[in-house]
Amino acid sequence: MPENIVIIGAGQAGIQAVESLRKEGFMGPITMVGDEAYPPYQRPPLSKAYLLGAFERARLFLKADNYYAEAGCELILNTSAKAIHRADRIVELNDGRKLPYDKLLLATGARVRKLRCPGADLPGVHYLKTIADVDGLQAVFQAGKRIAIVGGGYIGLEVAAVGAKRGLDVTVFEAMDRLMARAVSPVLSDFYAKEHERAGVKLMLKTGVEAFEGNGKVERVIAGGKSYDADIVLVGIGVVPCDELAVAAGLACSDGIVVDQNARTGDPHIWSAGDCTRHVGREGHEIRLECVQNAIDQAKHAALSMVDKHKTYSEVPWFWSDQYDLKLQIAGLARPTDTLVLRGDPASRKFAVFHLRDGAVAAVEAVNAAPEYMIGKKLVGEGKKIAAETLADTSISMKQMA
Amino acid sequence: MKYKVTYIENSGKAHTVEVADGWSLMEGAVKHLIPGIDADCGGACACATCQVYVAPEWQDKLPPKSDMEEAMLDFAPDVKPASRLSCQLRMGPELDGIVLHLPKTQHA
Repeated sequence: MPENIVIIGAGQAGIQAVESLRKEGFMGPITMVGDEAYPPYQRPPLSKAYLLGAFERARLFLKADNYYAEAGCELILNTSAKAIHRADRIVELNDGRKLPYDKLLLATGARVRKLRCPGADLPGVHYLKTIADVDGLQAVFQAGKRIAIVGGGYIGLEVAAVGAKRGLDVTVFEAMDRLMARAVSPVLSDFYAKEHERAGVKLMLKTGVEAFEGNGKVERVIAGGKSYDADIVLVGIGVVPCDELAVAAGLACSDGIVVDQNARTGDPHIWSAGDCTRHVGREGHEIRLECVQNAIDQAKHAALSMVDKHKTYSEVPWFWSDQYDLKLQIAGLARPTDTLVLRGDPASRKFAVFHLRDGAVAAVEAVNAAPEYMIGKKLVGEGKKIAAETLADTSISMKQMA
Repeated sequence: MKYKVTYIENSGKAHTVEVADGWSLMEGAVKHLIPGIDADCGGACACATCQVYVAPEWQDKLPPKSDMEEAMLDFAPDVKPASRLSCQLRMGPELDGIVLHLPKTQHA
Protein backbone atom coordinates (compact mmCIF):
# COMPACT_ATOMS: atom_id res chain seq x y z
CA MET A 1 0.00 0.00 0.00
CA PRO A 2 1.39 3.41 -0.90
CA GLU A 3 1.26 6.00 1.85
CA ASN A 4 -1.64 8.41 1.82
CA ILE A 5 -1.61 12.10 2.60
CA VAL A 6 -4.41 14.21 4.02
CA ILE A 7 -4.31 17.98 3.75
CA ILE A 8 -6.58 20.07 5.96
CA GLY A 9 -7.17 23.43 4.32
CA ALA A 10 -7.88 24.13 0.66
CA GLY A 11 -6.06 27.41 0.22
CA GLN A 12 -2.85 28.57 -1.41
CA ALA A 13 -0.61 26.43 0.82
CA GLY A 14 -2.76 23.32 0.49
CA ILE A 15 -2.87 23.39 -3.29
CA GLN A 16 0.84 24.17 -3.53
CA ALA A 17 1.54 21.09 -1.44
CA VAL A 18 -0.53 18.94 -3.80
CA GLU A 19 1.32 20.32 -6.78
CA SER A 20 4.74 19.93 -5.17
CA LEU A 21 4.03 16.41 -3.86
CA ARG A 22 3.17 15.26 -7.38
CA LYS A 23 6.16 17.07 -8.82
CA GLU A 24 8.39 15.31 -6.30
CA GLY A 25 7.01 11.95 -7.38
CA PHE A 26 4.64 11.16 -4.53
CA MET A 27 2.28 8.53 -5.97
CA GLY A 28 -0.12 7.80 -3.11
CA PRO A 29 -3.63 9.15 -2.65
CA ILE A 30 -4.07 12.76 -1.53
CA THR A 31 -7.22 14.07 0.12
CA MET A 32 -7.72 17.79 0.64
CA VAL A 33 -10.41 19.09 2.97
CA GLY A 34 -11.69 22.68 2.75
CA ASP A 35 -14.39 24.41 4.76
CA GLU A 36 -15.43 26.84 2.05
CA ALA A 37 -17.68 26.06 -0.90
CA TYR A 38 -14.91 26.65 -3.43
CA PRO A 39 -11.79 24.82 -4.54
CA PRO A 40 -8.49 26.64 -3.81
CA TYR A 41 -8.52 30.23 -5.02
CA GLN A 42 -6.39 33.34 -4.94
CA ARG A 43 -7.23 35.69 -2.12
CA PRO A 44 -5.17 38.75 -3.10
CA PRO A 45 -7.55 39.91 -5.87
CA LEU A 46 -10.52 39.78 -3.48
CA SER A 47 -9.80 43.21 -2.01
CA LYS A 48 -8.67 44.58 -5.38
CA ALA A 49 -9.89 43.67 -8.87
CA TYR A 50 -12.58 41.22 -7.72
CA LEU A 51 -14.23 43.77 -5.43
CA LEU A 52 -14.00 46.34 -8.22
CA GLY A 53 -15.87 43.93 -10.46
CA ALA A 54 -13.00 43.83 -12.93
CA PHE A 55 -12.24 40.17 -12.36
CA GLU A 56 -14.81 37.41 -12.79
CA ARG A 57 -15.02 34.71 -10.15
CA ALA A 58 -13.86 31.92 -12.48
CA ARG A 59 -10.50 33.64 -12.73
CA LEU A 60 -9.86 33.39 -8.99
CA PHE A 61 -9.48 29.62 -8.98
CA LEU A 62 -5.89 28.46 -8.79
CA LYS A 63 -6.51 25.31 -10.81
CA ALA A 64 -8.82 24.15 -13.54
CA ASP A 65 -11.77 21.99 -12.43
CA ASN A 66 -10.24 18.88 -13.97
CA TYR A 67 -6.92 19.40 -12.19
CA TYR A 68 -7.99 17.48 -9.12
CA ALA A 69 -8.96 14.32 -10.97
CA GLU A 70 -5.78 14.52 -13.07
CA ALA A 71 -3.64 15.00 -9.99
CA GLY A 72 -5.34 12.22 -8.07
CA CYS A 73 -6.46 14.58 -5.36
CA GLU A 74 -9.82 14.04 -3.72
CA LEU A 75 -11.31 17.39 -2.80
CA ILE A 76 -13.79 17.49 0.09
CA LEU A 77 -15.38 20.95 0.27
CA ASN A 78 -17.85 22.61 2.65
CA THR A 79 -16.38 20.44 5.36
CA SER A 80 -14.15 21.17 8.30
CA ALA A 81 -11.99 18.93 10.38
CA LYS A 82 -13.24 18.37 13.90
CA ALA A 83 -10.35 16.53 15.48
CA ILE A 84 -7.03 14.88 14.85
CA HIS A 85 -6.63 11.53 16.55
CA ARG A 86 -2.86 11.33 16.49
CA ALA A 87 -2.45 7.92 18.11
CA ASP A 88 -4.66 6.30 15.44
CA ARG A 89 -3.60 8.73 12.68
CA ILE A 90 -7.17 9.67 11.83
CA VAL A 91 -8.71 13.02 11.00
CA GLU A 92 -12.33 13.27 12.05
CA LEU A 93 -14.52 15.56 9.96
CA ASN A 94 -17.52 17.54 11.16
CA ASP A 95 -19.83 15.31 9.13
CA GLY A 96 -18.60 12.28 11.06
CA ARG A 97 -16.34 10.91 8.35
CA LYS A 98 -12.99 9.58 9.46
CA LEU A 99 -9.95 9.94 7.23
CA PRO A 100 -6.95 7.77 8.06
CA TYR A 101 -3.59 9.28 7.15
CA ASP A 102 0.01 8.28 6.97
CA LYS A 103 1.07 11.90 6.69
CA LEU A 104 -0.96 14.97 7.49
CA LEU A 105 -0.50 18.59 6.41
CA LEU A 106 -2.25 21.33 8.36
CA ALA A 107 -2.76 24.23 5.97
CA THR A 108 -5.63 25.78 7.87
CA GLY A 109 -4.68 29.41 7.24
CA ALA A 110 -5.97 32.30 9.28
CA ARG A 111 -9.29 33.88 10.03
CA VAL A 112 -10.19 37.53 10.43
CA ARG A 113 -9.72 39.11 13.79
CA LYS A 114 -13.15 40.21 14.98
CA LEU A 115 -13.75 43.59 16.47
CA ARG A 116 -15.25 43.34 19.94
CA CYS A 117 -17.27 46.41 20.71
CA PRO A 118 -20.93 47.31 21.19
CA GLY A 119 -22.83 46.86 17.93
CA ALA A 120 -20.11 44.74 16.33
CA ASP A 121 -22.70 42.12 15.37
CA LEU A 122 -25.08 44.55 13.61
CA PRO A 123 -25.93 43.71 10.00
CA GLY A 124 -23.88 45.87 7.66
CA VAL A 125 -20.61 45.21 9.49
CA HIS A 126 -18.45 43.34 7.00
CA TYR A 127 -15.14 41.50 7.04
CA LEU A 128 -13.07 40.48 4.04
CA LYS A 129 -11.36 37.12 3.76
CA THR A 130 -13.39 34.89 1.46
CA ILE A 131 -15.27 35.01 -1.84
CA ALA A 132 -18.49 34.89 0.14
CA ASP A 133 -17.39 37.91 2.19
CA VAL A 134 -16.73 39.97 -0.94
CA ASP A 135 -19.94 38.88 -2.63
CA GLY A 136 -21.79 40.07 0.47
CA LEU A 137 -19.94 43.38 0.49
CA GLN A 138 -20.28 43.91 -3.24
CA ALA A 139 -24.06 43.75 -3.03
CA VAL A 140 -24.04 47.03 -1.08
CA PHE A 141 -20.80 48.53 -2.41
CA GLN A 142 -22.39 51.24 -4.54
CA ALA A 143 -21.57 54.79 -5.57
CA GLY A 144 -22.80 57.36 -3.10
CA LYS A 145 -22.85 54.95 -0.15
CA ARG A 146 -20.86 55.93 2.92
CA ILE A 147 -18.40 53.25 3.94
CA ALA A 148 -16.51 53.35 7.22
CA ILE A 149 -13.38 51.27 7.14
CA VAL A 150 -11.93 50.16 10.45
CA GLY A 151 -8.20 49.58 10.15
CA GLY A 152 -5.68 51.34 7.92
CA GLY A 153 -3.75 48.24 6.91
CA TYR A 154 -3.49 46.50 3.54
CA ILE A 155 -7.07 45.25 3.41
CA GLY A 156 -8.64 48.46 4.63
CA LEU A 157 -6.65 50.63 2.27
CA GLU A 158 -7.15 48.41 -0.75
CA VAL A 159 -10.89 48.52 -0.13
CA ALA A 160 -10.65 52.29 0.38
CA ALA A 161 -8.95 52.65 -3.00
CA VAL A 162 -11.57 50.54 -4.76
CA GLY A 163 -14.33 52.41 -2.93
CA ALA A 164 -12.98 55.81 -3.96
CA LYS A 165 -12.73 54.60 -7.54
CA ARG A 166 -16.30 53.35 -7.44
CA GLY A 167 -17.60 56.66 -6.08
CA LEU A 168 -18.28 55.67 -2.49
CA ASP A 169 -17.80 58.13 0.32
CA VAL A 170 -14.90 56.53 2.20
CA THR A 171 -13.64 57.14 5.73
CA VAL A 172 -10.81 55.10 7.25
CA PHE A 173 -10.43 54.84 11.03
CA GLU A 174 -6.99 53.85 12.25
CA ALA A 175 -6.04 53.59 15.89
CA MET A 176 -2.31 54.10 15.26
CA ASP A 177 -0.81 57.43 14.24
CA ARG A 178 -0.01 56.28 10.71
CA LEU A 179 -1.25 53.94 7.98
CA MET A 180 0.06 50.36 7.59
CA ALA A 181 2.13 50.93 10.72
CA ARG A 182 2.78 47.23 11.18
CA ALA A 183 3.91 46.70 7.58
CA VAL A 184 5.77 49.71 6.22
CA SER A 185 8.11 52.52 7.20
CA PRO A 186 6.82 56.04 8.00
CA VAL A 187 7.84 57.46 4.60
CA LEU A 188 5.42 55.08 2.93
CA SER A 189 2.70 55.66 5.50
CA ASP A 190 2.85 59.39 4.78
CA PHE A 191 3.00 58.86 1.04
CA TYR A 192 -0.06 56.60 1.04
CA ALA A 193 -1.95 58.95 3.35
CA LYS A 194 -1.51 61.74 0.79
CA GLU A 195 -2.57 59.48 -2.08
CA HIS A 196 -5.73 58.43 -0.30
CA GLU A 197 -6.61 61.98 0.67
CA ARG A 198 -6.07 63.10 -2.90
CA ALA A 199 -8.58 60.45 -3.99
CA GLY A 200 -11.10 61.87 -1.54
CA VAL A 201 -10.70 59.31 1.23
CA LYS A 202 -11.05 60.75 4.72
CA LEU A 203 -8.42 59.43 7.11
CA MET A 204 -9.02 59.44 10.83
CA LEU A 205 -5.71 58.52 12.42
CA LYS A 206 -5.25 57.91 16.14
CA THR A 207 -8.98 57.24 16.17
CA GLY A 208 -10.07 53.96 17.66
CA VAL A 209 -13.60 52.74 17.03
CA GLU A 210 -15.64 52.41 20.22
CA ALA A 211 -19.03 51.22 18.98
CA PHE A 212 -21.46 50.84 16.13
CA GLU A 213 -25.04 51.98 16.41
CA GLY A 214 -28.13 51.57 14.32
CA ASN A 215 -31.70 50.42 14.18
CA GLY A 216 -31.59 46.87 12.86
CA LYS A 217 -28.44 47.62 10.87
CA VAL A 218 -25.32 49.68 11.27
CA GLU A 219 -25.96 53.41 10.76
CA ARG A 220 -23.30 55.13 12.85
CA VAL A 221 -19.72 54.58 13.92
CA ILE A 222 -18.69 55.95 17.30
CA ALA A 223 -14.99 56.74 17.21
CA GLY A 224 -12.83 59.06 19.25
CA GLY A 225 -15.94 60.13 21.12
CA LYS A 226 -17.69 61.34 17.96
CA SER A 227 -20.45 59.88 15.83
CA TYR A 228 -20.04 59.29 12.08
CA ASP A 229 -22.90 58.26 9.78
CA ALA A 230 -22.21 55.15 7.71
CA ASP A 231 -24.16 52.84 5.41
CA ILE A 232 -21.52 50.11 5.38
CA VAL A 233 -18.70 49.14 7.72
CA LEU A 234 -15.70 47.10 6.68
CA VAL A 235 -13.42 45.86 9.44
CA GLY A 236 -9.84 44.98 8.47
CA ILE A 237 -7.85 44.63 11.67
CA GLY A 238 -5.73 41.61 10.89
CA VAL A 239 -6.06 37.87 11.16
CA VAL A 240 -5.47 35.16 13.72
CA PRO A 241 -4.01 31.74 12.86
CA CYS A 242 -6.40 28.77 12.72
CA ASP A 243 -4.51 26.57 15.14
CA GLU A 244 -7.37 25.23 17.29
CA LEU A 245 -7.23 21.74 15.79
CA ALA A 246 -3.52 21.52 16.47
CA VAL A 247 -3.94 22.88 19.99
CA ALA A 248 -6.67 20.33 20.73
CA ALA A 249 -4.45 17.57 19.35
CA GLY A 250 -1.68 18.58 21.74
CA LEU A 251 0.73 19.92 19.11
CA ALA A 252 2.96 22.79 20.18
CA CYS A 253 1.27 26.09 19.32
CA SER A 254 2.09 29.66 20.20
CA ASP A 255 -0.10 32.06 18.24
CA GLY A 256 0.32 29.63 15.35
CA ILE A 257 1.32 26.00 14.87
CA VAL A 258 4.99 25.70 15.71
CA VAL A 259 7.03 24.10 12.92
CA ASP A 260 10.71 23.75 12.13
CA GLN A 261 12.49 24.87 8.98
CA ASN A 262 11.18 21.78 7.17
CA ALA A 263 7.59 22.66 8.13
CA ARG A 264 7.47 19.72 10.57
CA THR A 265 5.49 19.82 13.79
CA GLY A 266 6.67 17.80 16.78
CA ASP A 267 4.66 14.81 15.49
CA PRO A 268 6.67 12.92 12.86
CA HIS A 269 3.49 12.34 10.85
CA ILE A 270 2.28 15.95 10.82
CA TRP A 271 3.48 19.03 8.89
CA SER A 272 2.04 22.50 8.67
CA ALA A 273 2.40 25.36 6.19
CA GLY A 274 1.08 28.84 5.46
CA ASP A 275 -0.58 31.55 7.54
CA CYS A 276 -1.36 29.11 10.37
CA THR A 277 2.28 28.42 11.26
CA ARG A 278 4.90 29.93 13.49
CA HIS A 279 8.39 29.12 12.29
CA VAL A 280 11.96 30.17 12.77
CA GLY A 281 12.61 32.69 10.04
CA ARG A 282 15.80 33.10 8.06
CA GLU A 283 17.03 35.63 10.61
CA GLY A 284 16.71 33.13 13.44
CA HIS A 285 13.61 34.59 15.10
CA GLU A 286 10.25 32.93 15.47
CA ILE A 287 7.83 34.56 13.10
CA ARG A 288 4.37 34.16 11.67
CA LEU A 289 3.95 35.32 8.10
CA GLU A 290 0.63 36.06 6.47
CA CYS A 291 1.33 36.12 2.78
CA VAL A 292 1.20 34.27 -0.51
CA GLN A 293 4.98 33.86 -0.54
CA ASN A 294 5.00 31.99 2.75
CA ALA A 295 2.05 29.82 1.74
CA ILE A 296 3.82 28.83 -1.47
CA ASP A 297 7.37 28.42 -0.19
CA GLN A 298 6.58 26.77 3.10
CA ALA A 299 4.20 24.34 1.40
CA LYS A 300 6.94 23.46 -1.09
CA HIS A 301 9.27 22.72 1.81
CA ALA A 302 6.61 20.70 3.59
CA ALA A 303 6.06 18.62 0.45
CA LEU A 304 9.80 18.02 0.09
CA SER A 305 10.05 16.95 3.70
CA MET A 306 7.02 14.66 3.36
CA VAL A 307 8.86 12.74 0.65
CA ASP A 308 12.07 12.71 2.71
CA LYS A 309 13.89 15.36 0.67
CA HIS A 310 14.58 17.88 3.39
CA LYS A 311 15.53 21.40 2.45
CA THR A 312 15.80 24.29 4.89
CA TYR A 313 13.18 26.97 4.38
CA SER A 314 15.00 30.30 4.24
CA GLU A 315 13.36 32.19 1.37
CA VAL A 316 13.13 35.96 1.57
CA PRO A 317 9.53 36.93 2.39
CA TRP A 318 7.79 39.18 -0.15
CA PHE A 319 4.52 41.03 -0.19
CA TRP A 320 2.61 43.34 -2.45
CA SER A 321 -0.33 45.69 -2.34
CA ASP A 322 -2.20 47.44 -5.14
CA GLN A 323 -3.83 50.75 -4.32
CA TYR A 324 -4.92 53.04 -7.17
CA ASP A 325 -2.20 52.82 -9.83
CA LEU A 326 0.46 52.23 -7.19
CA LYS A 327 2.18 48.90 -6.91
CA LEU A 328 3.82 48.45 -3.54
CA GLN A 329 6.30 45.57 -3.41
CA ILE A 330 8.19 44.62 -0.28
CA ALA A 331 10.95 42.09 0.26
CA GLY A 332 12.45 41.16 3.62
CA LEU A 333 11.31 41.94 7.12
CA ALA A 334 12.01 45.43 8.42
CA ARG A 335 12.83 46.26 12.02
CA PRO A 336 12.28 49.58 13.76
CA THR A 337 16.01 49.89 14.42
CA ASP A 338 17.00 49.65 10.74
CA THR A 339 18.68 52.58 9.02
CA LEU A 340 16.36 53.85 6.29
CA VAL A 341 17.64 54.99 2.91
CA LEU A 342 15.31 56.74 0.49
CA ARG A 343 15.98 56.20 -3.21
CA GLY A 344 14.01 58.42 -5.58
CA ASP A 345 11.44 61.08 -4.84
CA PRO A 346 8.03 60.10 -3.44
CA ALA A 347 6.55 63.09 -5.29
CA SER A 348 7.38 61.31 -8.54
CA ARG A 349 5.25 58.34 -7.32
CA LYS A 350 8.18 56.03 -8.02
CA PHE A 351 10.63 55.42 -5.20
CA ALA A 352 11.99 52.89 -2.75
CA VAL A 353 13.04 52.70 0.88
CA PHE A 354 15.94 50.41 1.72
CA HIS A 355 16.47 49.10 5.22
CA LEU A 356 20.08 48.65 6.27
CA ARG A 357 21.04 46.52 9.25
CA ASP A 358 24.72 46.38 10.17
CA GLY A 359 25.36 47.84 6.72
CA ALA A 360 23.58 45.02 4.90
CA VAL A 361 20.34 45.34 2.95
CA ALA A 362 17.69 43.74 5.18
CA ALA A 363 14.48 44.85 3.46
CA VAL A 364 13.21 47.00 0.62
CA GLU A 365 9.90 48.73 0.08
CA ALA A 366 9.33 49.77 -3.51
CA VAL A 367 6.52 51.85 -4.99
CA ASN A 368 6.15 51.52 -8.77
CA ALA A 369 9.83 50.60 -8.75
CA ALA A 370 10.34 47.05 -9.98
CA PRO A 371 14.16 47.18 -10.35
CA GLU A 372 14.52 48.35 -6.75
CA TYR A 373 12.22 45.54 -5.65
CA MET A 374 13.73 42.74 -7.74
CA ILE A 375 17.39 43.63 -7.16
CA GLY A 376 16.56 44.58 -3.59
CA LYS A 377 15.12 41.14 -2.94
CA LYS A 378 18.30 39.58 -4.27
CA LEU A 379 20.43 41.85 -2.08
CA VAL A 380 18.34 40.91 0.97
CA GLY A 381 18.81 37.22 0.16
CA GLU A 382 22.55 37.66 -0.05
CA GLY A 383 22.74 40.01 2.93
CA LYS A 384 24.84 42.24 0.75
CA LYS A 385 26.46 45.32 2.27
CA ILE A 386 25.96 48.49 0.25
CA ALA A 387 26.72 52.04 1.34
CA ALA A 388 23.68 54.22 2.00
CA GLU A 389 24.99 56.91 -0.39
CA THR A 390 25.21 54.36 -3.18
CA LEU A 391 21.67 53.10 -2.64
CA ALA A 392 20.33 56.65 -2.55
CA ASP A 393 22.11 57.66 -5.77
CA THR A 394 19.66 57.20 -8.64
CA SER A 395 22.43 57.85 -11.17
CA ILE A 396 23.73 54.42 -10.18
CA SER A 397 21.41 51.76 -11.59
CA MET A 398 20.15 48.92 -9.44
CA LYS A 399 21.78 46.48 -11.83
CA GLN A 400 25.16 47.92 -10.99
CA MET A 401 24.52 47.02 -7.36
CA ALA A 402 23.43 43.44 -8.03
CA MET B 1 -15.26 34.00 -27.38
CA LYS B 2 -12.28 31.72 -27.06
CA TYR B 3 -9.13 31.71 -29.15
CA LYS B 4 -6.34 29.21 -29.69
CA VAL B 5 -2.98 29.33 -27.97
CA THR B 6 -0.14 26.86 -28.39
CA TYR B 7 2.19 26.52 -25.41
CA ILE B 8 5.40 24.62 -26.12
CA GLU B 9 7.21 23.22 -23.12
CA ASN B 10 10.97 23.40 -22.91
CA SER B 11 11.04 19.68 -23.73
CA GLY B 12 9.29 20.45 -27.04
CA LYS B 13 5.92 19.09 -25.99
CA ALA B 14 3.18 21.29 -27.46
CA HIS B 15 -0.27 21.98 -26.01
CA THR B 16 -2.88 23.77 -28.11
CA VAL B 17 -5.75 25.02 -25.98
CA GLU B 18 -8.51 27.62 -26.04
CA VAL B 19 -8.30 30.72 -23.89
CA ALA B 20 -11.24 33.04 -23.24
CA ASP B 21 -11.23 36.60 -24.56
CA GLY B 22 -9.82 38.98 -21.94
CA TRP B 23 -8.07 36.31 -19.89
CA SER B 24 -4.31 36.51 -19.61
CA LEU B 25 -2.12 34.00 -21.39
CA MET B 26 -0.75 33.05 -17.97
CA GLU B 27 -4.27 32.17 -16.80
CA GLY B 28 -4.81 30.18 -19.98
CA ALA B 29 -1.78 28.05 -19.17
CA VAL B 30 -2.72 27.55 -15.53
CA LYS B 31 -6.35 26.61 -16.32
CA HIS B 32 -5.16 24.02 -18.80
CA LEU B 33 -2.55 22.50 -16.50
CA ILE B 34 0.34 23.44 -18.77
CA PRO B 35 3.54 22.67 -16.86
CA GLY B 36 6.22 25.36 -16.95
CA ILE B 37 4.32 28.46 -15.86
CA ASP B 38 4.48 28.98 -12.10
CA ALA B 39 2.71 32.34 -11.74
CA ASP B 40 3.35 32.47 -8.00
CA CYS B 41 1.62 35.84 -7.52
CA GLY B 42 -1.44 34.95 -9.55
CA GLY B 43 -1.03 37.66 -12.16
CA ALA B 44 -0.18 40.77 -10.18
CA CYS B 45 3.10 41.37 -12.03
CA ALA B 46 4.86 40.87 -8.71
CA CYS B 47 6.93 37.73 -9.15
CA ALA B 48 8.20 37.25 -12.73
CA THR B 49 7.48 33.49 -12.70
CA CYS B 50 5.27 33.34 -15.81
CA GLN B 51 7.83 34.17 -18.45
CA VAL B 52 7.23 33.00 -22.02
CA TYR B 53 9.11 33.41 -25.28
CA VAL B 54 6.79 34.71 -27.98
CA ALA B 55 7.27 33.19 -31.43
CA PRO B 56 8.72 35.84 -33.81
CA GLU B 57 5.66 36.21 -36.05
CA TRP B 58 3.50 37.11 -33.05
CA GLN B 59 5.75 39.60 -31.31
CA ASP B 60 4.53 42.72 -33.13
CA LYS B 61 0.88 41.82 -32.48
CA LEU B 62 1.43 42.32 -28.75
CA PRO B 63 1.10 45.58 -26.86
CA PRO B 64 4.43 47.08 -25.78
CA LYS B 65 5.78 46.17 -22.35
CA SER B 66 4.87 48.42 -19.46
CA ASP B 67 7.75 49.82 -17.42
CA MET B 68 6.82 47.37 -14.69
CA GLU B 69 6.88 44.35 -16.97
CA GLU B 70 10.15 45.47 -18.50
CA ALA B 71 11.74 45.89 -15.10
CA MET B 72 10.42 42.60 -13.72
CA LEU B 73 11.67 40.76 -16.79
CA ASP B 74 15.14 42.18 -16.34
CA PHE B 75 15.55 39.84 -13.43
CA ALA B 76 13.82 36.68 -14.59
CA PRO B 77 16.07 33.75 -15.55
CA ASP B 78 17.16 33.19 -19.20
CA VAL B 79 15.57 36.34 -20.56
CA LYS B 80 15.66 36.80 -24.32
CA PRO B 81 14.40 39.56 -26.63
CA ALA B 82 11.27 37.42 -27.18
CA SER B 83 10.52 37.25 -23.45
CA ARG B 84 7.24 38.51 -22.03
CA LEU B 85 5.41 37.99 -18.76
CA SER B 86 2.33 36.05 -19.79
CA CYS B 87 0.24 37.55 -16.97
CA GLN B 88 0.47 40.88 -18.79
CA LEU B 89 -0.75 39.53 -22.16
CA ARG B 90 -4.50 39.55 -22.72
CA MET B 91 -6.24 37.18 -25.08
CA GLY B 92 -8.13 38.73 -28.00
CA PRO B 93 -8.97 38.02 -31.65
CA GLU B 94 -5.64 39.42 -32.85
CA LEU B 95 -3.80 36.72 -30.87
CA ASP B 96 -5.84 33.76 -32.14
CA GLY B 97 -3.29 31.02 -32.84
CA ILE B 98 -0.38 32.59 -30.92
CA VAL B 99 2.58 30.33 -30.16
CA LEU B 100 4.46 30.64 -26.86
CA HIS B 101 7.59 28.77 -25.84
CA LEU B 102 8.18 28.12 -22.15
CA PRO B 103 11.56 28.51 -20.41
CA LYS B 104 13.34 25.68 -18.65
CA THR B 105 12.68 27.22 -15.27
CA GLN B 106 10.76 30.19 -13.84
CA HIS B 107 12.95 30.54 -10.78
CA ALA B 108 16.40 32.07 -10.95
